[in-house]
Amino acid sequence: MSRLKIATPNKAQLTVERLYKDLERHIVASPPGLCPVDLQLTFLKLCHAQTCGKCIPCRVGLGQLAHLMEDVLEGRATLKTLDLLEETANNIMDSADCAIGYEAAHMVLAGLDGFREDYIYHIEHGKCSYHITQPVPCVALCPAGVDIPGYIALVGEERYADAVKLIRKDNPFPTACALICEHPCEARCRRNMIDGPVNIRGLKRMAVDNARANTVEVPQKAESTGKRVAIVGGGPGGLSAAYYLELMGHHAVVFEEKSKLGGMLRYGIPNYRFPRERLQEDIDAILSTGVEVHLNTRIGNGEGEIPFEKLREEYDAVYVAIGAHTDKKIGIEGEESEGVISAVELLRNIGEEKMPDFKDKTVIVVGGGNVAMDCTRSAIRLGAKKVSIAYRRRQEDMTALPEEVEGAIAEGAELYSLKAPNRIEADENGKVVALWVEPQIIGPIDAWGRARPIQAEVPLMRIPCDVVVVAIGQGIETRHFEEAGLSVKRGTLAAMSDSEVKDVPGVFAGGDCVTGPATVIRAIGAGKVAAANIDEYLGYHHVIPCDVEIPQVKYDDKKPCGRIQMGEKEAAERKADFDAFENCMTKQEACQEAGRCLRCDRYGYGSLKGGRAAIW
Amino acid sequence: MVKEVHLLIDGIEVCVPEGTTVMKAAATVGIEIPHLCFLEKINEISACKVCVVELKGKQKLITACNSKVEEGMVVFTNSPKVRSVRRTNVELILSQHDCHCATCVRSGNCALQKLSNDLGIIEVPYKEEVPVTPWNHNFPLIRDSSKCIKCMRCVQICDKVQDMHIWDVQNTGSRTTVDVARNIPIEASDCTLCGQCITHCPTGALRERNDIPKVFEALADPEKITVVQVAPAVRTAWGEDLGLDAADSTEGKMVAALKRIGFDYVFDTNFTADLTIMEEGTELLTRLQEPQKYAWPMFTSCCPAWVNFVAKRYPKYLRNLSTAKSPQQMFGAMVKTYFAEKKGIDPNNICCISIMPCVSKKREAALPYMKSAGAGQDVDIVLTTREFARMLRAEHINPKVLKEQPFDSILGESTGAGVIFGVTGGVMEAALRTAYAVVEGQNPPADAFKQVRKTEAEEKACTSGGCESCSACGGEETRVLGNRKEAEFALGDKKLRVCTVSGLGEAEHLMQDIINGRAEYDFVEVMSCPGGCVGGGGQPIHDGCEMAFVRGKELYELDEKRPLRFSHENEEVKQLYAEFLGKPLSHKSHELLHSDHVNELYYFAKNYL
Repeated sequence: MSRLKIATPNKAQLTVERLYKDLERHIVASPPGLCPVDLQLTFLKLCHAQTCGKCIPCRVGLGQLAHLMEDVLEGRATLKTLDLLEETANNIMDSADCAIGYEAAHMVLAGLDGFREDYIYHIEHGKCSYHITQPVPCVALCPAGVDIPGYIALVGEERYADAVKLIRKDNPFPTACALICEHPCEARCRRNMIDGPVNIRGLKRMAVDNARANTVEVPQKAESTGKRVAIVGGGPGGLSAAYYLELMGHHAVVFEEKSKLGGMLRYGIPNYRFPRERLQEDIDAILSTGVEVHLNTRIGNGEGEIPFEKLREEYDAVYVAIGAHTDKKIGIEGEESEGVISAVELLRNIGEEKMPDFKDKTVIVVGGGNVAMDCTRSAIRLGAKKVSIAYRRRQEDMTALPEEVEGAIAEGAELYSLKAPNRIEADENGKVVALWVEPQIIGPIDAWGRARPIQAEVPLMRIPCDVVVVAIGQGIETRHFEEAGLSVKRGTLAAMSDSEVKDVPGVFAGGDCVTGPATVIRAIGAGKVAAANIDEYLGYHHVIPCDVEIPQVKYDDKKPCGRIQMGEKEAAERKADFDAFENCMTKQEACQEAGRCLRCDRYGYGSLKGGRAAIW
Repeated sequence: MVKEVHLLIDGIEVCVPEGTTVMKAAATVGIEIPHLCFLEKINEISACKVCVVELKGKQKLITACNSKVEEGMVVFTNSPKVRSVRRTNVELILSQHDCHCATCVRSGNCALQKLSNDLGIIEVPYKEEVPVTPWNHNFPLIRDSSKCIKCMRCVQICDKVQDMHIWDVQNTGSRTTVDVARNIPIEASDCTLCGQCITHCPTGALRERNDIPKVFEALADPEKITVVQVAPAVRTAWGEDLGLDAADSTEGKMVAALKRIGFDYVFDTNFTADLTIMEEGTELLTRLQEPQKYAWPMFTSCCPAWVNFVAKRYPKYLRNLSTAKSPQQMFGAMVKTYFAEKKGIDPNNICCISIMPCVSKKREAALPYMKSAGAGQDVDIVLTTREFARMLRAEHINPKVLKEQPFDSILGESTGAGVIFGVTGGVMEAALRTAYAVVEGQNPPADAFKQVRKTEAEEKACTSGGCESCSACGGEETRVLGNRKEAEFALGDKKLRVCTVSGLGEAEHLMQDIINGRAEYDFVEVMSCPGGCVGGGGQPIHDGCEMAFVRGKELYELDEKRPLRFSHENEEVKQLYAEFLGKPLSHKSHELLHSDHVNELYYFAKNYL
């Protein structure tokens, strides 16, 4: 008789392992708007199936919780049921032997707290208070509501100009989003249920690379209304609003404080990610609608500046889309030393082609967001001898897209994770010589699910350097607008969800200056919302249509197929210059990738509720 | 030039224009693919997955109802896989359906029952789990969730054709069902009770409140004198549910059948349709004399769903409605006054019953201000055409063996003008005939105002989605079935701009056009059901077929055959004025035959709660 055996999983176990993965992907692709109580019950049943059966709270208790929740869903419950549910879950949490039991109960309690009103709605009305509002997951998650299945189908048929036209119905920056969108649309792509999300941004890139935005004609404008709308800020949000307002027949006049249009697309995103000439393609198309632009024009009370009040007097409506362009300080000793530069300033200079001299210097970037990665990779391209990133949490906690972090590391950046900046050391001339950091260990998880760093019981660490780039976030220059009567909350301008500014008629605001630093697509979405509501405010109801016919679905079986990733120039080559390094898909790749789209506009709930908003 | 596509269906070569669905392509060679949730142009969502077909070389089946043909396609409609999937899906539907067909109003006329029988399903291998949700059974419209198969037709007809958005999908996951949108009670919703959801429901999930027992109760009461009126559109459809052909479903046989049931008096709503013309036509002429005193255009008021629509959506326009009550209500008021007086009957002993192609009439009859005769509600009980047919079946009356009988006198005579009240454009045409005669002093040719009738071509355009390029909806909405016609007629020295509309979706477009100054009319007729009352929500149901146009034609034929075709020539109406009312718009008329409809505004949920 053998004393020990090597364990090998049997077929059933292997299958279950694979099913776990399938289920994970299934959960990832959950559409927004589902009944939370129903989902909670389903989660609970899964947890219950995990129980080994030894202990009462878990074996019996979880089942009883499920019965109580079924009572809620079937309209058999009273408000007392909720009390019993809560008490039972608390007792399971406090007495179950292992995490299978107490964490399951914890989830139930989290739900009772998080969507208690829906539990009560079920009890009082016998139905759920939630509805699926947009049946197509990618469109639901795109802040601008771009017709994604539509343009994917067009790219699949190599109708690139039509794809650009369709994108433009909701987003006048097809090129910008093709190159640098954070693609929230991909997060819950239903294709996840089969293999992985469709490479939506890549397919958009295919469209704009084969039909340049400035070569695709913009739609015909509505008859002129004679109304004039001032737009403060020539970034993606302001220009989006300007574009749609012009199409609606109003005259949009953009005031931009810098010497060029584009906002953060130009002054925040480096050329290697978004080449300037590509940005110009979008801008040219937008300007072709007749938008009037005043560059180097600041809104304020200073000399040569235009007071906000004057805009309000002279224009029928005003849209404030000033973005978030001021830098945030770390607030540590030595921050004013020579050689300390903010990310905003660094990227703005690069945007204006005033390249700082980093040759043979040692650079440390403080921060873990996309902007920090942009600074890091720019510094590398500026010839720095060594570029490091100091971040107080772990790499996986960074808010930057993983591919950005990986790209920076591949290009030679050194990552100092779990290092919180403590002070900046300068020499006798006030020049930076080192960054002192406090090593951290990762600690408890906060209410938002993020692990918080806590100070490690080790001495401070000195990292010698010549330049410190502070990339810990941006602020908003709200002062002048606050003085003009716009209210400010937590450093951002306060505007309602329809982008109206409360109590200031005719004034609208949106984008980063309202939400705080966010993504380009959110700014574009805000510009679209503002244009629609300014149109209504002016007493009109223009619609933005698109006459592109969407291709029929194909009846091919949806066999599992890998996701096409876009190629990049190799790290050693790309880090030498600011040229773009991401390659577009080939036609073969794009057609295959477009074929992976499950056409949720046509199948599933989309076929009932209409898979697309043909006009807005 | 539309491209031709060639394909093979069950081994038969088929050639159809590009864009045709597989289902239609199959039909061209006589293959009818079984289907359930499909309703052309209205519900093409392939929810039931009954119309599945197999494509050669593909693993996954496609749905024939909404999949377009492709060149070279090889389709199998009865392969082993198709057979198995279709059967399973029907069995799954049945597992959540209350299959007590014996007690269902749709038994024998149920798409699910037929499908299941056709497929030879005699047992269901799945656990029965029939969902039951509460419903207020006092409301004239009944939804039985245990029979709902979630085909979504009701949601779609209400959204796309009627533009009322009363129904919506409720809940998610396994508990997904259909209920009143935004989770509000039906009584508090904007539901006008047009009943189009009922006539497009494939099963018995939607029906009218059953008021037959009340009628039998009245018939059994020796104290009660039962007086029944029959709406114009009913006579075109009452035989449909009884399987009668045209020869056996005449007006005379209908009267005979009603007498056989035992009603004491059988009268015609057409009589009060003629009366309505006298009142409403005179009202129009009066308003035209002092246009500045009135709001324009003047709207007809005979359709209670339309009056309700105005009250709920556009209360400011209530004053545009003619103050004339509907023919049903005028009839009730006349029975319990003039008729009672003439016959020497205590009006409190009269039970006034009407047979209507309509569900909304049940609500109208119960309105608190519809009791001007002072003897309870003027109309006591309203039955739909379907209930009438059920009653005949219950009474085992075979109209084939009955001899034709005329309507009873003093409220039974009608002209062709009254007859066409049941079809879109009919009220307008009838009103114009009389208005012209009054203004010009002589009758116009009876067919002078034919222009407002819906034509064959328009009907065709409607059912094939003629509104796809509509500028108002961007071609997104498929506004099918309903219609709108405009015309201009000389009336004395005035040009009268008229418009007739059927379907509430069209009515909504009309209101928007009026409000935004895109359209200007003097007189507008609106009927809430597509095609008018002939397509009413209380009419017999034919799954997948629209009957309004065919029935409408029948009314026009009856009009043509009537010896009198002008309301003002109705002898009994003349007699009524001479003996009782005096003249149109007299004080007595106002008391009994008119209402300002403003009370609609205050009449909401409480009456059914």
